[in-house]
Amino acid sequence: MNLKKLNIENKKIRDLIPQILTVLALLSVIIYFASNAQINMGNRGISFGFGFLSQEASFDIAFSLIEFDGSYSYGRAFLVGLLNTILVSVIGIFLATILGVIVGVARLSSNFLIAKTAEWYVEIFRNIPLILQIFFWYFAALRALPAPENAINFYDISYLTIKGWYIPKFVWINFDIFCYSIILAFISIYFFNRYAKKQREEFGKILPTLTLSLGILILIPLLSFLLLGVSLSFNYPELKQLSETSYTYENGVSIIPELIALALALSMYTATFIAENVRAGVLGVGKGQKEAAASIGLNKGQILKLVVMPQALRIIIPPTTNQYLNLTKNSSLAAAIAYPDMVLVFAKTALMQTGRAIEIISITMLTYLSLSISISIFMNWYNKKMAIKEK
Amino acid sequence: MIKSIKTWILVGFASLLLVACGQGGGGAGSKKSKTLENTKKAGFVKCGVSQGLPGFSNADASGNWSGIDVDVCRAVAAAVLGDAEKVKYTPLSAAERFTALTSGEIDVLARNTTWTLSRDADIGLTFVGVNFYDGQGFMVRKNSGINSVNDFKDGISACTNTGTTTELNMRDFFNSKNIKYEPIAFEKADEVVQAYDAGRCDTYTTDKSGLAAQRTKLSAPNDHKVLPETISKEPLGPVVRQGDSVWEDIVRWSLNTMIEAEEYGVNSSNASSLKDSDNPAIKRLVGAEGELGAAFGLDNDWSLRIIEQVGNYGESYKKHIADTGILPNRGPNELWTKGGILYVPPAR
Repeated sequence: MNLKKLNIENKKIRDLIPQILTVLALLSVIIYFASNAQINMGNRGISFGFGFLSQEASFDIAFSLIEFDGSYSYGRAFLVGLLNTILVSVIGIFLATILGVIVGVARLSSNFLIAKTAEWYVEIFRNIPLILQIFFWYFAALRALPAPENAINFYDISYLTIKGWYIPKFVWINFDIFCYSIILAFISIYFFNRYAKKQREEFGKILPTLTLSLGILILIPLLSFLLLGVSLSFNYPELKQLSETSYTYENGVSIIPELIALALALSMYTATFIAENVRAGVLGVGKGQKEAAASIGLNKGQILKLVVMPQALRIIIPPTTNQYLNLTKNSSLAAAIAYPDMVLVFAKTALMQTGRAIEIISITMLTYLSLSISISIFMNWYNKKMAIKEK
Repeated sequence: MIKSIKTWILVGFASLLLVACGQGGGGAGSKKSKTLENTKKAGFVKCGVSQGLPGFSNADASGNWSGIDVDVCRAVAAAVLGDAEKVKYTPLSAAERFTALTSGEIDVLARNTTWTLSRDADIGLTFVGVNFYDGQGFMVRKNSGINSVNDFKDGISACTNTGTTTELNMRDFFNSKNIKYEPIAFEKADEVVQAYDAGRCDTYTTDKSGLAAQRTKLSAPNDHKVLPETISKEPLGPVVRQGDSVWEDIVRWSLNTMIEAEEYGVNSSNASSLKDSDNPAIKRLVGAEGELGAAFGLDNDWSLRIIEQVGNYGESYKKHIADTGILPNRGPNELWTKGGILYVPPAR
């Protein structure tokens, strides 16, 4: 090989060569593993391909946000699992955030009892393995909840039982018009807020933005009911006898106990970490900042909203993003208590029925990766938005 | 700088070589058994079993495994290594079992696994026989007044294991009866039992032998009963990887030997004294006639060791299934000569 021809003296190329070779070496390793797997699979008579995704799944799933039964395809089953994973993650993140903020602030309270309770909560729940907490909420809750015939009754509208939490079913007429009206409301709120900001900055006029925004959000959908023929009625759950001693509810919507237990366990666990983030964030804002804000005549609410929170959020958001990612990934423990998430439905049941281990595990891993990256991108965007802009 | 570039080129070259080697190796020998060689080298049989199913494969408090599935592993160890105790057991969930086998983590899967066409043909497995004929059934509470599957109504919730044929049969069954049901599928059997016990589901469905075994784990076993109907065929048997026909034969004939021994009345206590029997079939079984072991590279006493150390099928069934009260009646798992369907090809 003629090194002169490669123009080795040129610094740019010289720096590039090791990088190219590193990539090549990495690629070779990947190709090696892939071809090795292919040969071994060939030897053992295992075929490779994604054709199975369109085959009939022929198993049923207890809980699904979209229509599904065994006559649909494995691809559809994957979608059901993915939506269930997203559902429990969203519920978990929502509850964990609320609980985390409350507990985090409570730990800073000057009230001894409140501060100590919050501290104990954090220390207990973050130090017990999550899988045990999931089992605890599932089996403890199962044992504690009554059978359907003795359900905990919420005003004859909703019933909490061992078989699930039965709530009324929403029966919509012209649901699409209602959706458009909500979208319209949000667009109006956006423009109204821009107008209010302009008024404040140019004329020093402060409009009651929050109250008026809420008003718009209620008024426009309400108009769709009154003028555009949208209507909503409810199907209430009714007790039904299955046999001499067992009952169930029909006509309503059932929120399965597996979902409740999993969401509860995930949010109780993750909230402890978020609480510590919140505490760190609030403590991280210097005392002088509050005093300075007070000295220019801001009231308590304004100090919190305009001075403390923007600075605290800077500290809180990045580690909280990690917790959101953790919660999403931890939701894969669902299989232990039969909540049909992506892992249970796809990476276990579908894998077993088709035997396509490599294909299914690859799809599942890529999906979790995309989920995590989406959350990351969103939180980074939010973080940038919250970052202090130097003027 | 030149030196470091040379190093990099070398690394790149070496990894390309690695790829080339990867393409070359890996072909399985046709007559020799790689699995047999590796097993002899390791000194134990790598056997996949359940995570605890009384009668089939269950570990006691000190970690000793027993059951009729475990006896298949022990028979293979006795034939190949000369000692039935030389088995390494790997407890597997239903969802893990086939991957563990195809990836080589285990060499024999004896885990109450149903033989089906797609499993046999599509995913690199080979079923070698049937060591238990089973069928899927339903367990309900006695006080429910349900006496037959015809008493099931819309809205019933059914607990079962995920990743099993049970899940598919259940759908076929409820669809054919036009009943809406709620399927609750757990990964591990213990959680199914707990959830059913707590009242989460109205019925628990799995293989009937499994129902009988799991019933003993309920808080009040006598408050529950298994319905008379059987909704599916579940021939359970040991499985090996595709592509090693010698190993496949060893496992198949280890199982067949146990059944054949029962047929000819050879058991663990009389086997060695039957070396000079008048019946040539018995003499072949105890290694006094023929060279049957040589066909798969074993000595001639391989079958004698299975019978002496593990016992015949009847002994195994009595010890693990009948005497433990799981299924005292052998039903279809009786020899063909006694009205059952156990029928194995002759060992000659």
